[in-house]
Amino acid sequence: MEVINIKGTDDTPNVILDKASGQFEISGRSLPEDVNMFFEKILDWIDEYSQDPNDRTEFNFKLEYFNTASSKVILDILLKFEEIVENGKEVVIKWHYHEDEEDMLEAGEEYSDIVEIPFDYIVYND
Amino acid sequence: MEKEKQGFLEFAYQLYKTMKTNEINLVYEGEVTQEITKTFTSLTEKSLSKSAESNTVQKKVFNVMVECLQNISKHADSLSDEESERRGIVMVSKGDDSYNIITGNIIKNERVPGLKESLEHINSLDKAGLSTLFKQQIKESTISDKGGAGLGLIDIAKKTGSKLSYQFKELNDQVSFFILTSTIKRN
Repeated sequence: MEVINIKGTDDTPNVILDKASGQFEISGRSLPEDVNMFFEKILDWIDEYSQDPNDRTEFNFKLEYFNTASSKVILDILLKFEEIVENGKEVVIKWHYHEDEEDMLEAGEEYSDIVEIPFDYIVYND
Repeated sequence: MEKEKQGFLEFAYQLYKTMKTNEINLVYEGEVTQEITKTFTSLTEKSLSKSAESNTVQKKVFNVMVECLQNISKHADSLSDEESERRGIVMVSKGDDSYNIITGNIIKNERVPGLKESLEHINSLDKAGLSTLFKQQIKESTISDKGGAGLGLIDIAKKTGSKLSYQFKELNDQVSFFILTSTIKRN
């Protein structure tokens, strides 16, 4: 499968999606004005991945900030992985948050209330 | 002409004094675009990072500013139908106990009751209630043509932990001016 490797900007996140090496990561900040335009390619990639996913997928979210329009797209991404879980594969969401940022932890907890995927919360402090 | 110039200088000085007295750090009136949003948030981010403000407060101010500005760039109406620019006024003030982010924009009168209802509903909820509403809304919402998900106000209320204060001033039978103040406590 094609590898997605997008470098972040001051309003879009870094994205790495690599089936072969098992790297799945969205990090940085996400506040684009047009979320659909930015995430379309990513959602399409995940749709294709879900046709033949790895036995275990570890998806890292290490976001510093995202706007509410992005929060909706993140849910869409998680729902796609929930389907992969329903189809019998293992998925773990690694949700990273800064120790000063309870809001980011809470955002992760809210997602885990909505989707049936196990979440690991990882605190960092750099 | 000379008199007009004097008047303007006097106005600039009065504005400066008013801003100082009210501890206003930033005022902008004009079109609100993604570029403007990025510029203001990064200016604010830089000035906050030089201050002794905690990371938590810095992040909240940044978050709330983005949502407020994107609300204007997505939802503001114009004074007349010929104008398509989404304009607004943005102010940031820093008091002893809190930061206030004040935004104002034109809204069509027909949209006022719906917005008022949302604001009242949000203000009636506590933290857990806001979280429930957010989860419900994020599941049901779709990204609109404008790129919004209808979650901005709920998010502001959640992150600030303060009630949203707002006012509608009717300008004529078509439009009103909507003012929203978001307060972020400093400790």
